[in-house]
Amino acid sequence: MDTYALLLAATLNAGTVLAIAGLGLLINERSGIVNLGAEGIMLVAAIAGFATAVQTGSDWLAFGAGALAGALMAGAFGVLVIWLNTNQYATGLALSLFGSGFSAFVGIKYTQEHLAARSHFSMPVLGDIPFIGPALFRQHPMVYLTIAFMLGLTWFLYRSRAGLVLRAVGESPESAHALGYPVRRIRLVAVMVGGALCGVAGAYISVVYTPLWVEGMVAGKGWIALALTTFATWRPSRVLLGAYLFGGVTMLQFHLQGEGVAISSQLLTMLPYLATIAVLVLISRNPVWIRANMPASLGKPFFPGS
Amino acid sequence: MTASTRRSVLRTTAWSSLAIAAALAGCSKKEEAAPAAASEPVAASAAAAPASAASAPLKIAFAYLGPVGDGGWTFAHDNGRKALEKELGSQVQTSFVESVPESADAERVFRDMVAQGNTLIFGTSFGYMEPMLKVAADNKGVHFEHATGYKTADNMRTYDNRTYEGAYMAGVIAGGMTKTNTIGVVGSIPIPEVIRNIDSYTLGAQSVNPKVKVKVVWVNEWFNPPKETEGAQSLIDGGADVLLQNTDSSAVLQTAEKNGKYAFGWDSDMTAYGPKAHLASSVNIWGPYYIKAAKDAINGTWTTGKVWWGVKEGAIDLVSISDKVPADLKAKVDKVKAGLKDGSFSIWKGPIADNTGKEVLKKDVVADDGFLGGIKFFVKGVEGQVPGGK
Repeated sequence: MDTYALLLAATLNAGTVLAIAGLGLLINERSGIVNLGAEGIMLVAAIAGFATAVQTGSDWLAFGAGALAGALMAGAFGVLVIWLNTNQYATGLALSLFGSGFSAFVGIKYTQEHLAARSHFSMPVLGDIPFIGPALFRQHPMVYLTIAFMLGLTWFLYRSRAGLVLRAVGESPESAHALGYPVRRIRLVAVMVGGALCGVAGAYISVVYTPLWVEGMVAGKGWIALALTTFATWRPSRVLLGAYLFGGVTMLQFHLQGEGVAISSQLLTMLPYLATIAVLVLISRNPVWIRANMPASLGKPFFPGS
Repeated sequence: MTASTRRSVLRTTAWSSLAIAAALAGCSKKEEAAPAAASEPVAASAAAAPASAASAPLKIAFAYLGPVGDGGWTFAHDNGRKALEKELGSQVQTSFVESVPESADAERVFRDMVAQGNTLIFGTSFGYMEPMLKVAADNKGVHFEHATGYKTADNMRTYDNRTYEGAYMAGVIAGGMTKTNTIGVVGSIPIPEVIRNIDSYTLGAQSVNPKVKVKVVWVNEWFNPPKETEGAQSLIDGGADVLLQNTDSSAVLQTAEKNGKYAFGWDSDMTAYGPKAHLASSVNIWGPYYIKAAKDAINGTWTTGKVWWGVKEGAIDLVSISDKVPADLKAKVDKVKAGLKDGSFSIWKGPIADNTGKEVLKKDVVADDGFLGGIKFFVKGVEGQVPGGK
């Protein structure tokens, strides 16, 4: 019984990394910009966060540093694709490659650093309930903040005026421009907010999830987060659920291995990716689903006045 | 788009390529001359008297898989290189290239090393085997040394450490320290070397605690800290309270630290990464072998072959044993170590059964290196099956 509680807890923890980055990417994709640089942003943020945690000992300052690094990287990307109209996909890939090289370069000195052990978090009263306590209420605060953020983002996108403007910019930048909204600036802000959230996710990896710094340590989570936004058809609640699902499959495959279940571990390792492909196929087969959810101008450059 | 915008695109492109070039320069070659070696006058006099003791230093190059600061596998190799420099001083001049990918790039790195006049070249990862064979075939005058492989050539020797001896000693401690009678291993890739380590860890644990069970998870990579963390976490959640890993980072140890469990360091001394969780580190000491290989090359006695060193030769050791380990367990480890040193003790001595109950080694039979090199089964006490095994 306790094993399953712990499995659930590990799932929430693993899913949180993907959820933070996925929600960030959702914001910037809602504005019509695809940022394939997520992996690189997360790597740079991971070293920025780790270095800050080593110097200051504070998790929250580390998340701040990660967010700042992410926002700066994404800002540079934003200026390139929004004002200079470089190809979003090529620029994003370049950012990803740059990020992995740059983080390795600046991180050389930190590969042998280590952080003091983090204290355990447990909610008073709730954390002591059998089964539910260890499963749900003994997580890092970031796990709960992510859920709260998802709810806030849902409200923002569908209930607030600013959210409506953001979606309008992603659906039809020409119309938004005609109504007098500063499309380019709105897109830049969305991209930077998205980058900042990827940055928080990167810092969460290097400070809380795997408290160390090594080259390439994000290990593909940025790409999974990108797939997640499509998987979730650009809806915040589904991003969160998808993140837990991916996290759950990852943890489940280790759990089954540990229990000695005779399933090839290579097959289990493929499961999250198979799930992504399956969902992509299902969504893409249904033109209504795709059109109803995908921001109409996603990936397309916008030229005001043209 | 106006012309000025287009120009600024070009400018931006130029700047970003500059930045990328700068980042790439970070992983470029670093050369370290031996103290007082390679100064011009010495080289000149060496040319005059080639056979004398004051001859030109032997140029030795190392190709590393990771950065020297990885705190594990590559770090241990670089310590070996430093020991070699210290021992042979001005007789050698060493250099290294770090983060060499196991791809066609490795071949270019080896060719470059030859072109720079190195006559003894070490490749410190399994994946360098084929590229090294190719370069060795074209450069008969250069000695090549390949770590952990199985192919050799007239001028290419393979060397490895008996890491399973360290795993066995760690197992002795794990068997004595576990409270749940369940210990775990985060495995990298299911090849005989790693399976042998898991089995030896199990045999060590059983030697002090016959009730112990071993759980294994595979991450199918040598180096992926988040996956290593996830694997370690699931072992802990499944009840394992002492962990060993055959992966290259300190993530498993740090996960144990976070959960208040125990773990070991692997390849290098990892005490600092998890002071509370760390029970001991099984370390690779490459220095003695590097010194021997360099001496072979200097004296002209270098021959090809397969070298497999362990505790006996001082290549494997269990170090930094924690104060939490009781004295009687420490004494048992010391006894094993002494036995391995003088050859009176063999880890792989029958009767040994696999985990389906089949006897794989008959009573009093000691496994030879051929047997050890082909282990593809889990011994009794390990749960589950070897991936791809029968």
